[in-house]
Amino acid sequence: MNAQIESWEKMALERVPQYLAGHGLPWVTRARQSAFERFVAHGFPTRREEEWKYTDVAAIAKRTSLAPDNIPPDPASEAALFAWTLAQESTHLLVFVNGHLSTELSALGELPTGARLESLADLMDSNADLPQALFDQQHEHTVFAALNTALTTDGTVLRLAPGVVLEKPVYLLFVASGHGTAIYPRNIFVLGEGAHATVIEHYFGMLEAHNFTDAVTQISLAAGAGLQHCKLLQEGKDAFHVAGIHAEQAAGSRFASHSFALGGRLARNDITSRLNGAECQCSFDGLYLLDGRQHADHHTRIDHLAPSCTSREHYRGILDGESHGVFSGKVVVHPLAAKTDAHQSNRNLLLSRQAEIDTKPQLEIFADDVKCTHGATVGQLDDDSLFYLRSRGIDAESARSLLIYGFANDIIGRVEAPEMRARIEHLVLDRLPQGDQIKELL
Amino acid sequence: MLSVKNLHVAVEGKEILRGIDLDVRPGEVHAIMGPNGSGKSTLAQLLAGREGYQVTAGSVRYLDMDMLAMPPEERARAGVFLAFQYPVEIPGVSNALFLKTALNSIRKQRGLPELDAMDFLTLVRDKMKLLGMDEKLLQRAVNEGFSGGEKKRNEILQMAVLEPSLAMLDETDSGLDIDALKLVADGVNRMRNAERAIVLVTHYQRLLEFIVPDVVHVLSQGRIVKSGGAELAVELEQYGYGWLENEVQVS
Ligand SMILES: Nc1ncnc2c1ncn2[C@@H]1O[C@H](COP(=O)(O)OP(=O)(O)OP(=O)(O)O)[C@@H](O)[C@H]1O
Ligand SMILES: [Mg+2]
Repeated sequence: MNAQIESWEKMALERVPQYLAGHGLPWVTRARQSAFERFVAHGFPTRREEEWKYTDVAAIAKRTSLAPDNIPPDPASEAALFAWTLAQESTHLLVFVNGHLSTELSALGELPTGARLESLADLMDSNADLPQALFDQQHEHTVFAALNTALTTDGTVLRLAPGVVLEKPVYLLFVASGHGTAIYPRNIFVLGEGAHATVIEHYFGMLEAHNFTDAVTQISLAAGAGLQHCKLLQEGKDAFHVAGIHAEQAAGSRFASHSFALGGRLARNDITSRLNGAECQCSFDGLYLLDGRQHADHHTRIDHLAPSCTSREHYRGILDGESHGVFSGKVVVHPLAAKTDAHQSNRNLLLSRQAEIDTKPQLEIFADDVKCTHGATVGQLDDDSLFYLRSRGIDAESARSLLIYGFANDIIGRVEAPEMRARIEHLVLDRLPQGDQIKELL
Repeated sequence: MLSVKNLHVAVEGKEILRGIDLDVRPGEVHAIMGPNGSGKSTLAQLLAGREGYQVTAGSVRYLDMDMLAMPPEERARAGVFLAFQYPVEIPGVSNALFLKTALNSIRKQRGLPELDAMDFLTLVRDKMKLLGMDEKLLQRAVNEGFSGGEKKRNEILQMAVLEPSLAMLDETDSGLDIDALKLVADGVNRMRNAERAIVLVTHYQRLLEFIVPDVVHVLSQGRIVKSGGAELAVELEQYGYGWLENEVQVS
């Protein structure tokens, strides 16, 4: 146990709870303390642990104070923030600044009957009908999830009654605007039978500061419910970001997860879904676009626990500079999951000699009569394709940009919300040498 | 316009073109025929600027420029076009974006303003209609999942849009049904004019019935072993290449 965590432990247990939401509720305090003890007992993961073999998180404890900040949101930056969201009128917008909801910056809009979209901190502070189970994690995938439970500042609780369909996406913007700020968002989405929604989680860093975000998103889909979840990671250049997104799916539900890791110094996403009922559909798409010394790690896991479910996973990486990408995708087909149809692929484009990728697709099958495929590739830009483009008058750099854009676009194109798709497309193009030119022609 | 002199080309140490001489003047249509593996595509790709070939002797001049010193995009901007024997698939890039990017870079070179979205669409739609192409192909990724015939027509569409001065077509007729062949041949014939030269690489006399060439060359084992008028293609159709190869050995 390192000294930093120890000294910090005292502080966290004594002082921190006083400004964290729900400190008046004994069950919240108990949950926070026991989670904190789990975190302290384990400490930061080290590379000796299989799940952290390629990702070194030691710098997080070194560079940031882990204590959640209580910096009040600064409405002066309002104008700047809106530039990063979609048109307000086309979303239900919640803006969190350094982990705290800013009501000034948020624009909930009108929700249909049976839809509740609330701040977790508000719910905890008012001791409203917040089911304790919502705050419990059935599966604590990493020790960072325990840390999040201990120190959650705020987050979004979305609850849809059976049959409720949200037409507009819920847009959650998490802004880090401090220096060395630690941010612990906790989001909980519970969709009743046949309910449908699209949720965008956008993490945005205003500064090149060593901020640390430790986020957890819990998703529960009742029978026939459908959630499209799109995570856009656009943290500042020196930021650390660790997050878990965990779904539980009942029969016939559909969960589509899209993860775009574009920013940050170090990013780790653990994305999982448990297909508990028959005929679920689950798709995991992801794109990591890295350069400089960026590091992005996606650990995904899909558990097929019931028959006749379908899962699709497409992850792609584009790595330049000295960046490092990690993909570990596990699909587990449990004994009851006959007639599983699972496909997983991870493709990587290395743009420099110093860039590195560790890819580990894993398939574990304990059932009969299943259709499962997986594969991973690592390659460079294709010479034949480059020549083809250049032979049409397109200069070499533009040709390269076009090919990279095309590689990314196969993933971006799977996002169903058109405005979001266009936004991500533009963010990717902003990173390419001749991206502006392509943008103009789209 | 194009002047190839004593061109020797090797790939990975193996000599593939062994002394090619070829002169193409504006307004002319040349056909290059010859057995599989004789070097036709190598010649066409080299002229379009493909890397990975060693030119061991000879020269290529195009519009009085040393063509071999130019990167492929500069050749294209100077009016060189190759319809590929095997068009390349570009996943994730729509045909429309590809064509617009290409057209605008060529227009820029020619000092013309970039086309706006509307004018571009009008232009491309017209050309597609003439080639009997489904407009939906514009929104699909370049050549991805295109049928063999659609790929070939897509090459001709690019040629029609980019309006090159020297168009080389490498077996664009292969894999086309007879109706598509006529549409493609019409497309090529529409482009024929006094300033433009066309080089057709083909195995079939049938294409040359629709696009009558001024000169026919036979390439065999890296050399042009015979050149003649349109009637040479008819003889080849009847007798094959065997008699020519014998002729070369005798001479
Ligand atoms: N990159 C390469 N590496 C090795 N050999 C090559 C390469 N490119 C071409 N060749 C060889 O050069 C020869 C000529 O090939 P080319 O494709 O030019 O023939 P072609 O006349 O176009 O044939 P076809 O009528 O079948 O299209 C062949 O023997 C081919 O295998
Ligand atoms: Mg050939």
